[in-house]
Amino acid sequence: MATHRIDPGISQMLAFTVIRICMLAVLAFVGILVYYIVINGIGHLSIEFLTSPPRQRMTAGGIFPAIVGTVMLISLSMAMALPLGVLSAIYLNEYASENRRVWLINMAINNLAGTPSIVFGLFGLALFVKYAGFGPSLLAASLTLMLVVLPVIIRASEEALISVPPGLREGSLALGATRWQTVQKVVIPAAMPSIITGAILSIGRVAGETAPILLTGAAYFIPRTPDSVFDQFMALPYHLFVLSTAGTDIEQTRGIQYATALVLLLIVLGINLIAVVIRSRYRKKLMW
Amino acid sequence: MNRRTKERIIESTLFVVGLISVAAVTLICLFLFREGIRLFGDFSPLEFLTGTKWYPTSDPAQFGLVPLFAGSIIVTAGAILFAVPLGVASAIYLSEIADIKMRNTLKPIVEILAGIPSVVYGFFGLVVLVPYLQTSFDLPTGQTALAGSIMLGIMALPTIISISDDAIHSVPSFLKEGSLALGATGWQTIYRITVPAAISGISTAVILGIGRAIGETMTVMMVTGNAAVIPKGLLVSVKTMTATIALEMGEVSAGSEHYHALFAIGSVLFIFTLGINLVADYIRTKYRYKYA
Repeated sequence: MATHRIDPGISQMLAFTVIRICMLAVLAFVGILVYYIVINGIGHLSIEFLTSPPRQRMTAGGIFPAIVGTVMLISLSMAMALPLGVLSAIYLNEYASENRRVWLINMAINNLAGTPSIVFGLFGLALFVKYAGFGPSLLAASLTLMLVVLPVIIRASEEALISVPPGLREGSLALGATRWQTVQKVVIPAAMPSIITGAILSIGRVAGETAPILLTGAAYFIPRTPDSVFDQFMALPYHLFVLSTAGTDIEQTRGIQYATALVLLLIVLGINLIAVVIRSRYRKKLMW
Repeated sequence: MNRRTKERIIESTLFVVGLISVAAVTLICLFLFREGIRLFGDFSPLEFLTGTKWYPTSDPAQFGLVPLFAGSIIVTAGAILFAVPLGVASAIYLSEIADIKMRNTLKPIVEILAGIPSVVYGFFGLVVLVPYLQTSFDLPTGQTALAGSIMLGIMALPTIISISDDAIHSVPSFLKEGSLALGATGWQTIYRITVPAAISGISTAVILGIGRAIGETMTVMMVTGNAAVIPKGLLVSVKTMTATIALEMGEVSAGSEHYHALFAIGSVLFIFTLGINLVADYIRTKYRYKYA
């Protein structure tokens, strides 16, 4: 063995140096990526860019309808996914005891979490757009995205529920409360901050997903914002994709593309930051 | 209403809600396979799985999966080849070498990678990496399997790092202390004791990283050039299964042969990732309580 011949101290130094370089390389990826997008995008960012629709066949103007579309997508899909996800987690963590049921549900959740986003898109196309007859629409896309984030929300909520100490539940049950009363009055309030953190993190996921909405209702260009859930819509990630691969004058509109990427990045990272702040604030407060 | 009846109703309701994931997976299978299987009315399944030509618009159309499957595999293999060593080394650094303060600073930075949307990766790859590869390898186009591999590798890093880090972190300290007490250096302990003890978790990380990479759509679609030919290396354009679905679905009419062919690809992808998850799950549960 090489290490018997080389001095162990030297081989450790060599190995640790290589490991440190690997870590630095990973950090460099993050740095370079964020740097390029911020540096090239910031110059084109303005209030006008954020509040006006694209003009001149998307070679000028802003991204307002895309921002509105993304916000609508987030609101609709989270409104559906959040209650379903949290209740699923409550069932799994607080009620379910029979192993086979839990196993089945867990298998399904893992499977959903591992399913490629484009497959969700195909499914949304077949079920919501065609079979249910919603057509390419905000509703079809939101339902599809709901399924994409469902496993994320369930797992985060489960994590939150698990970390509530059993003593709290036992205390409540010992006072004569029913299981549901315990869940409602004791467990959920205690788990709330972590559940909210999980929910916020999954918003980031919804905001950035492109493949599922590509097949279920995102539109190339619509100058106004959708009036009903059956309308098509523009969305930030799809808008960036279109601008950078199929737009008119791709080279000349790089600035707009960078700025769109920057807005998307800021939204997603901003959401993650909020989640981290909430988590650390409550973690300090709630020391069991 | 009686307390007990009320409790029972609530429990049943929660169970029904809990089943939504099961229902979703069942419906996905049903709809995917239902639409996919219709391709095989006129087109033989064997020809689909072993055909080497993907000419969906020629007459007669050819729906051979091989070039697309090979495209997905080569891009994923390239990604894993560089993401695994980098990711595992970073995980070792985070859990065994860095002090607590460093670890708490670096982990959120690595998590940024997980939060960046795939279309932003794709955009970065397209405007920065692709031109760079084109000039440095003197290629006709920089949109190659290599560009896809690099971007997918970066995207798989947070998955590989965080799961490996969990696995390495949960190796009981008495194992490490025993090794150190016998006079082994920190590095000897890491590669003889800690990493082997965490190997099931690290394998899970790698498998899930593969799953993440093979299912990725937007990024590969934007940087790999999308030429549906069997790739002869990393420096040529390739078209993956995911990109094919995303690119061609917009051009087909519902119910056509081509439409069903794209669903058939989706079914293959779904079965493939399902298999990957089952393997990861098996490894995870089998070795979970080894040190308990």
